Amino acid sequence: MPATKKKNVKKSNTIKLKFDTSWNYAPAPESKSAATIKKQYDLFINGEWVKPLSHKYFDTSDPANEEKLSEVAEANAADVDRAVKAARNAYEKVWKKMPAKERAKYIFRIARMVQERARELAIIESMDGGKPIRESRDFDIPTAANHFFYYAGWADKLDYAFPNRNTNPLGVAGQIIPWNFPLLMAAWKIAPALATGNTVVLKPAETTPLTALKLAEIIQESGLPEGVVNIVSGGGATGAAIVNHPDINKIAFTGSTEVGKLIQKSIAGTNKKITLELGGKAANIIFEDAPIDQAVEGVINGVYFNQGHVCCAGSRLYIQESVAPELIRKLRDRIETLIVGDPLDKNTDIGAINSKQQLDTIRRYLKIGKEEGYEMYESSCPLPAKGYWCRPTIFTDVAQSARIAQEEIFGPVLAILTFRTDDEVIQKANNTPYGLSAGVWTDKGSKIFNLTKRMRAGVIWANTFNKFDPSSPFGGYKESGFGREGGLHGLLPYVNLSH
Amino acid sequence: MIDGYFSLYQTRSVNERKFSNFGKTEIGMQKTGFIPAIPDFTLTPRIDQVGAEERASRFTKRSIKKESKVNGLKLVLNMIDLTTLEGKDTEGKVKQLCYKAMHLHDALPGLPTVAAVCVYPTMVRTAKKALLDSGIKVASVATAFPSGQASKEVKIKDTKYAVDNGADEVDMVISRGKFHAGEYNYVYDEIAEIKEACGEARLKVILETSDLITFDKIRRASDIAMYAGADFIKTATGKVQPPSSMPVALIMLEAIRDFYYKTGRMVGMKPAGGISKAKAALHYLVMVKEVLGEAWLNNHWFRFGASSLANDVLMQIMKEKTGVYQCASYFSVD
Repeated sequence: MPATKKKNVKKSNTIKLKFDTSWNYAPAPESKSAATIKKQYDLFINGEWVKPLSHKYFDTSDPANEEKLSEVAEANAADVDRAVKAARNAYEKVWKKMPAKERAKYIFRIARMVQERARELAIIESMDGGKPIRESRDFDIPTAANHFFYYAGWADKLDYAFPNRNTNPLGVAGQIIPWNFPLLMAAWKIAPALATGNTVVLKPAETTPLTALKLAEIIQESGLPEGVVNIVSGGGATGAAIVNHPDINKIAFTGSTEVGKLIQKSIAGTNKKITLELGGKAANIIFEDAPIDQAVEGVINGVYFNQGHVCCAGSRLYIQESVAPELIRKLRDRIETLIVGDPLDKNTDIGAINSKQQLDTIRRYLKIGKEEGYEMYESSCPLPAKGYWCRPTIFTDVAQSARIAQEEIFGPVLAILTFRTDDEVIQKANNTPYGLSAGVWTDKGSKIFNLTKRMRAGVIWANTFNKFDPSSPFGGYKESGFGREGGLHGLLPYVNLSH
Repeated sequence: MIDGYFSLYQTRSVNERKFSNFGKTEIGMQKTGFIPAIPDFTLTPRIDQVGAEERASRFTKRSIKKESKVNGLKLVLNMIDLTTLEGKDTEGKVKQLCYKAMHLHDALPGLPTVAAVCVYPTMVRTAKKALLDSGIKVASVATAFPSGQASKEVKIKDTKYAVDNGADEVDMVISRGKFHAGEYNYVYDEIAEIKEACGEARLKVILETSDLITFDKIRRASDIAMYAGADFIKTATGKVQPPSSMPVALIMLEAIRDFYYKTGRMVGMKPAGGISKAKAALHYLVMVKEVLGEAWLNNHWFRFGASSLANDVLMQIMKEKTGVYQCASYFSVD
């Protein structure tokens, strides 16, 4: 990068706003006492809590203070086999025979119970995963409940979803979910599977198993027939045992592209159905005629939501050159006002990084970005002494060929690139192995349609970002995976259609 | 922004304008004699209403507790323009209001006073006399408040009358009809001339956002007012429904920030009408803090135009002190 350019950027920022004010917010922590976390969790198989045959347990901790929260059973292949047998038995004897409207009642009941226990679930989600309570309270838990509500509605209307076809469930679904939206991903997986008459063996992520286990408690209380949903905690080996189990009919996986590829290799040659929702490096495109202040907010929500641990995060920002200086200046001011800290504080905007391992990954990319010579700007906020933290960070003047612009970082790190014309930005935005999501900001409707037609991404947001609704399908192109979750489309991966 | 085009039409009034007040403020960073280039107001930034409303609601999610609540509430009290703007206003009523302005709740010592008392021009002399040397400013509405439907000459006379009677601040209304007709030059010139008529008095320009309707127009009117010399921009007269909202105030605060980025000149903000609860006022403070920052968090640059807000704030402060809510009868109604 030429030295003169650097100078210009600094010069245009001589007039500064000062956000460190004499009036500050007192701590407003949500109370931990509203949440019950047991000292130890077993496996939830066939409607009961059972000791693992592996005899092993692993710790799950709070990434905000590195303190142990609980210990959780680690399922081995024998445990997974037990769970699959229970699911098969429930499928054959109960669930597939049950009238669809009866199935719906159970799903509806689970939705209601998630709502009733929303506060407790939100607190545990923030403690176990590090996300700010504002997000778990206002987004994760309500959206999870909505997913159950939504698919409860479909259960007895499958004939309308697929007119003139017979819909048959697949059997036992093996579901493996990530650590970034633990309860929400469980809902995304379980709700459509149950609505279509399948039974489930679900594995929550190693670092965030608690809300899925809380969901198991809810499922137990709801009276759902035993064995219909089984929850087995564990790490990669547990996941592999699910993927390789011969009596599983369908694998649904959300996680990294690397593991997604392994899963696809493992099931090659079997008749297992599969959906994969993998990584992403979404392009967020801002044209000069965009509503700039709202676009700034969209960028913030796009990349700093959930500490950037979002597969559809808008981590590649393309700004039309004529508005780049103004927009970057506003972004820099905006990140100064983001509050980083205790996930349970109601005023926290950015919580803790999910794990030590993920923090190391993010730091490695920060180092790469700096070494490659891109200008880095991070907010000046203080960080707590204990726990895993990363300040919201911006890299400017990034090249298309930079690693920080090509690879998924999965943290609060934004790479900013500029462009001149529509064709150029479409080409650059599509120039990635991923294709999960994208965003476009412009005041002109025709420009939006031109772009959305030519972008290769599963979800494209116009003048907004990171908006989710149970009725809207979500999924990727290329190395971001295949299959859709949510909406009518989300039923399809769980049914066989026949005439 | 294109700086040349519009100024062709503005040469006369710009050259005649006196920027005597620039650089003479008590606090702040005004540049003396600085004349900002006038942009083409048809090109002011576009606003996405959905996004703006979402952003504004985010401020209301901040949790303000304990000492930050008490400090915030005291700051709010100190930012209030205690207002009476009624056809039935009398000298007696204004005198009582002025006393309240100086003695908000004597049962609790150590409270600040309000920032100003806001009255009609005919009441300025009374208010000025009643407030003595309390430091509380007298603000007067002018320019055929609240409709603004009068000739420019009448409006200038109205303004001069208020200033001659001792008004420290003038709250003018813009000509919304002319604005809707696209006559931005007229609106601009009128504000510039009223500013001149104000002399040393600070000028608050009321946009009456409920008359402007769209966020794009609110942003455009904000820009016109600031480039024409407004010391403050103000949301509403309080006489038109619905009252101004947080998203509207956000659009104006962002306009102030952009103007400051471009010119280095600070402009104040006054939301008015419809803010009657302490909690809502704290949300506004959060918004100012996170959009404009420290420099605007004082009554020189931020005001609340309100008549019933003060008592709710007092009630909350007493609650924080005593732990229980007191009956409204304990707080004087003026």
